[in-house]
Amino acid sequence: MSKLLTGAEIVFKCLEDQAVEYIFGYPGGAVLPIYDELKNHDSIKHILVRHEQGAGHAAEGYARSSGKPGVVLVTSGPGATNVVTALTDAYMDSVPLVCISGQVPTHLIGTDAFQECDTTGITRPCTKHNWLVKDIKDLSKILHEAFKVATTGRPGPVLVDIPKDIQFAKSKYSKPKSEKKLNGSSLNRFTQEEVDKLIEMMSKAKKPIIYSGGGVINSGPEASEALRELVQLTGFPITSTLQGLGAYPGDDSQFLGMLGMHGTYEANNAMHDCDLLINIGARFDDRITGKIDEFSPKSKKVHIDIDPSSINKIIKVDLALVGDVNDVINKITKTINKKKLNLNKSNKQQISKWWEQIQKWRQKNSLNFINSNEAIKPQHAVQRLYELTKNQDTFITTEVGQHQMWAAQHYKFNKPNRWMTSGGLGTMGYGLPAAVGVQIAHPEKLVVDIAGEASVLMTMQEMSTAVQYNLPIKIFILNNQYMGMVRQWQELLHEKNYSESYSEALPDFIKMADAYGCKGIKAETPDELDKKIQEMIDYDGPVIFDCHVDPNENCFPMIPSGKPHNQMILGPKEQEENKITGKGKALV
Amino acid sequence: MAKSKSAYSVATKKEKLDTHIIVVWVDNEAGVLARVVGLFSGRGYNIESLAVAEIDLKKNISRITIVTTGTPQVIDQIKLQLKKLVPVHKVADFKREDKSVIFKEMALFKIVAKKNKIDKCLNACKKFNPVILDKTKNSAVIQITALRREIDKMSIKLKPLGLISASRTGAVAMTRGEKVFN
Repeated sequence: MSKLLTGAEIVFKCLEDQAVEYIFGYPGGAVLPIYDELKNHDSIKHILVRHEQGAGHAAEGYARSSGKPGVVLVTSGPGATNVVTALTDAYMDSVPLVCISGQVPTHLIGTDAFQECDTTGITRPCTKHNWLVKDIKDLSKILHEAFKVATTGRPGPVLVDIPKDIQFAKSKYSKPKSEKKLNGSSLNRFTQEEVDKLIEMMSKAKKPIIYSGGGVINSGPEASEALRELVQLTGFPITSTLQGLGAYPGDDSQFLGMLGMHGTYEANNAMHDCDLLINIGARFDDRITGKIDEFSPKSKKVHIDIDPSSINKIIKVDLALVGDVNDVINKITKTINKKKLNLNKSNKQQISKWWEQIQKWRQKNSLNFINSNEAIKPQHAVQRLYELTKNQDTFITTEVGQHQMWAAQHYKFNKPNRWMTSGGLGTMGYGLPAAVGVQIAHPEKLVVDIAGEASVLMTMQEMSTAVQYNLPIKIFILNNQYMGMVRQWQELLHEKNYSESYSEALPDFIKMADAYGCKGIKAETPDELDKKIQEMIDYDGPVIFDCHVDPNENCFPMIPSGKPHNQMILGPKEQEENKITGKGKALV
Repeated sequence: MAKSKSAYSVATKKEKLDTHIIVVWVDNEAGVLARVVGLFSGRGYNIESLAVAEIDLKKNISRITIVTTGTPQVIDQIKLQLKKLVPVHKVADFKREDKSVIFKEMALFKIVAKKNKIDKCLNACKKFNPVILDKTKNSAVIQITALRREIDKMSIKLKPLGLISASRTGAVAMTRGEKVFN
């Protein structure tokens, strides 16, 4: 008979069998037995954060940059409620997280005990599934299943709530069931016929476009390879969602840049005018589609996704292939090659006019901005950061707002898993703790959080974590003293009533860096920018970089609300050219 | 059109709503009903009636029958979202007009009245298999099984005859013939 183990021991046994190396957490009364057991397990390192939300985002950064599930350990009550934002964020962006929370002892559940809350009730809508462990005999099975649910199909967060008496109780440990090797094919429901139909559509298309998303990244690095092969094979133009950046090289000529609200002119116009739209691992998010009724009106639409509930949720499609992106693309490429269609040659002629049109749109140079010699333009700062870091394998995280869009527009990603940003939930304060998690997964790599000064203050306390573990993350703050995106909307839509979007009392970030025990660097003029960025890159340790940028800059191009893709507002340069002057003005 | 100030799109035209009966087989475990009902409220779906009970004691399977309304797209989403829940085994869906499926609801009516009125009540319920569950000199509890609309009508009809309390179940459903839900 095998030995009886305590609940706390079983937790670590499970983590070991699931090959977990890092836990992000914060101790408290209801998880103390698990923390007590930590010392006996050398293969698992605990990263002590400063706030449970930080633990969640750090685990997200870890998961998204490594492809492995992130593990979070928090206490009951406030510990659990603090992690809710991160769980919701992970749910929206399909990030695999396993959150273990302590709970008050079983006999006290429901009595409003100290630090009690209905954790499974609160987290039910923001997890794929959650469990309250009421019997020690179920613990190992539930923990193994938790990892399975988090990582299979469309990934996402799960939570296991373990009462304190269960952590002390003893039971036998059961190993994870060895899964029949299905290679995820159990989730593949697409058929050869559907693939054939798609290829027929592809060979007929005169104005095709591929629109890829985060599903390609989630499908693993092989999927990005497969996507590149498919795009080269077909000669089709490709655009990407915010989450999909890096799946296809950002500097390739077939890449049109990001699409959507702040996407490029060429990508959005191509989406609007195309006759075949192939969505690979994206979900027709409302920041992408704009006005639904006028979304890509002339196209046949194809949707490739692992989640059947994504199909026809927002946009009705003509053909749906449900399955793992990597498997679907490989099947498509294989079939094309087998049929010796030679799409590359035959297509080239067929779609050459389409490419000419795209080149015309490209000439608008929609990401352009008016640079300045006096003030640092935020776009310029991101461009310089890109130029100075592109020679090394750099990981970028962001907060949420204008700086996030500028980062997506001006930083070019060539590999998957290098870009971690909160897209679905749009969580300000995501980037700094995410950078902590990324750096844990990639200790030797350069990790930069492109931040805004408002966002970064929401989770600033995690600098202390970075210093504790000597994580050399670089917090690159585009400081414009405003909640920039809020200010932009107020300027464009609310008659410049800048209600509460100006931060009147910002801290001195240099002194703050000092206080945390890391390095502070400030840049105020374009002349010194390159030198200062280089200083940041070269410094071996965490850095807070306070980059003072033009506070009035807006993020263009943009699709105004309720407008279709082909009615974008372009940047100030373009607006200048189209400005109505003199006589014309009187007529308006 | 007035200029939209929202960062979100404006709601577009309303489509026709259909009534559907959704049947869900779930593991009978703590919180499973909350998951199903929470999915409906969280995503703004409608629940007209709900009936739940364990149907397989050995396998611990419960059967949930939900009557809902929605556009075809919404009904599709409801089914697909339900299938994503971990304790859900299978989901079936029928239009209310579907002739191959039997839908039934049960109601208990308490009538407080003299005998002649109670007899009138029973007579009115004749078509709906009335069963007298309790009877005193001045009262009766009558059970009927019928469709939702029929029960609605009966409650109105019995009001002047002494109906003082009604208790109703949600609809349950079963296919006709040898066929079973799949």
